[in-house]
Amino acid sequence: MTLKKNIIALRQKKAQVKMGGGKKAIEKQAAMGKMTARARLLYLLDVNSFHEYDMFVEHEERNFGMDMKELAGDGVITGTGTINGAPVCVYAQDFTVMGGSLGLKHARKITKIMDHALKMKVPIIGINDSGGARIQEGIGALAGYGEIFYRNTMASGVIPQISVILGPCAGGAVYSPALTDFVFVVENISKMFITGPNVIETVLGEKISQEDLGGARVHAEITGNAHFYAQTEIQSLNQIKELIGMIPHSNQKKAEKKAPKKPTFNKNLENIIPSDPKQPYDVRDVIYALTDESKFIEVQELWAPNIVIGFGRMNGETIGFVANQPMYLAGVLDCDASDKAARFIRFCDAFNIPIVTLEDMPGYLPGVDQEHAGVIRHGAKMLYAYSEATVPKITVILRKAYGGGYIAMNSRHLGADFMFAWPGTEIAVMGPEGAANIIFRKEIMEAEDQDAMRQQKVEEYIEKFANPFVAAAKGYIDAVIEPSETRDLVLHALEVSQNKDDHRPQKKHGIPPF
Amino acid sequence: MAKKNKDLVDFAVTARKYRTKLTTKYNQRKPWIDPNPYEIQSIIPGTIIEVFVKEGEVVQEGDPLLILEAMKMMNHIQMPFTAKIKKINVNVGDKIPKDMSMIELEAADEDDDEENQ
Repeated sequence: MTLKKNIIALRQKKAQVKMGGGKKAIEKQAAMGKMTARARLLYLLDVNSFHEYDMFVEHEERNFGMDMKELAGDGVITGTGTINGAPVCVYAQDFTVMGGSLGLKHARKITKIMDHALKMKVPIIGINDSGGARIQEGIGALAGYGEIFYRNTMASGVIPQISVILGPCAGGAVYSPALTDFVFVVENISKMFITGPNVIETVLGEKISQEDLGGARVHAEITGNAHFYAQTEIQSLNQIKELIGMIPHSNQKKAEKKAPKKPTFNKNLENIIPSDPKQPYDVRDVIYALTDESKFIEVQELWAPNIVIGFGRMNGETIGFVANQPMYLAGVLDCDASDKAARFIRFCDAFNIPIVTLEDMPGYLPGVDQEHAGVIRHGAKMLYAYSEATVPKITVILRKAYGGGYIAMNSRHLGADFMFAWPGTEIAVMGPEGAANIIFRKEIMEAEDQDAMRQQKVEEYIEKFANPFVAAAKGYIDAVIEPSETRDLVLHALEVSQNKDDHRPQKKHGIPPF
Repeated sequence: MAKKNKDLVDFAVTARKYRTKLTTKYNQRKPWIDPNPYEIQSIIPGTIIEVFVKEGEVVQEGDPLLILEAMKMMNHIQMPFTAKIKKINVNVGDKIPKDMSMIELEAADEDDDEENQ
């Protein structure tokens, strides 16, 4: 009988914690267009798979009247569950409990589930919805943040770490998501900044809305902090499920292999790329023509769209794609594009995902703003990331590869395993116009009709140098291929790279130009 | 597709111009402005606490110009070289942004120098 009584008491106690901040606070959360922390977890995870831990953790703060306050779960829900059968660790900050503010015990619940994820080698997904540090706890809150950042760093490259911002995430709180691999944001709901609009107005007198300062769109398009942008919470949580299905769940594994499927995108590869080198096209069409069922999960779609990164499957195996996008800024490399690609390459390398690079590279973006923003330092990140990566690395040059960009886009010289080029590609130190202007300067100057002479010399240069055969003659390109052969050859290259064994000198770690 | 192509512009990368779209961030970039040594600009946003100089005064290199409080720190802004104060664009109590021209200078002629001594 006592056991029965205890069970009933337990159920009541649990039910109380599950009410979070209470009915009123939950109604307020709904009025803001937000789901509750618990509803989010239940939607994200497979039905009946969520198991919660540390429900009865209590804060220990005694100052500022906190001793009178009971905070359900200390404002965060932690646990384990599965996504399409794959085990994951999760936490969700509960905004209905004291604004989801982070105190020491709240943080310790998070670090405990993070430790668990790292030990069990499963992904960790954090749902952020918090007003920030719990001011009443003072240094305790700061300690909590620091302990989370430390674990984010320890887990980096070992298990995938995913953050979704479903509410405010300000001050120190932003740095945990920033340290994780993928950040998901939702229009009108996500807010991230170091100093909020109030501080900026007090200090500077500048008025700006939360949305314009650090809303979802800003981070997806301008800062690059966010990797996935969605219109609704449901869409965002669906994106997470899809991503989890695509990537490996630890650095000791490969991504789950699916049954091979043919691409469904039926446009002929030969017709995608305009013959006029000045005309743009959408390089994602080339990716669709290569991937199983023409599926592609694009990462950071809105930020630095001049380079496209993301995941797709080829013959069932997960591949990371890096591709210049002529549709935006002619597909140049700039600070943001280099930064974006470099981090993605490092993710792929850390998690055993082969990299396929599709190259149509006009060069680096000229401009004072670029030079002063550090295009040298940022550009170097890409050289570093490609050189360092030991996963299979395959490059297909689609139309052109000029200068420093040729080297940067996974060239043979940085350790590419397979280099393919379509016929008609221009591989040269610079574009034919520029090269002819320099090499034949004297002839052009002395000609009666300078424009005609320039045009003649440009054509001469294209004929002799701006083609794949100069590079092929030196062995820098392994094969000049027909566009229609691309998928088969890339698949073959991946197949023969299955047991690739590439070593790097022993070191504690390298020093990339962060 | 027709709508898409409307956004295409000519975009020069070295000698060749490509048809392509621009990004929001590219359109928002700040044009380069040659720095003017005769303008004392704010290096950090903050509040003007005190101004030590007057318009028309010749100030020696290293002498204090004003105090700009930023991030709870009193920054003493000094004269970069000996010159005359042409115009003061800030008042005590002003909250100012970064890169604002706080004081404009002009070359001190010899008469001014003698007067000062």
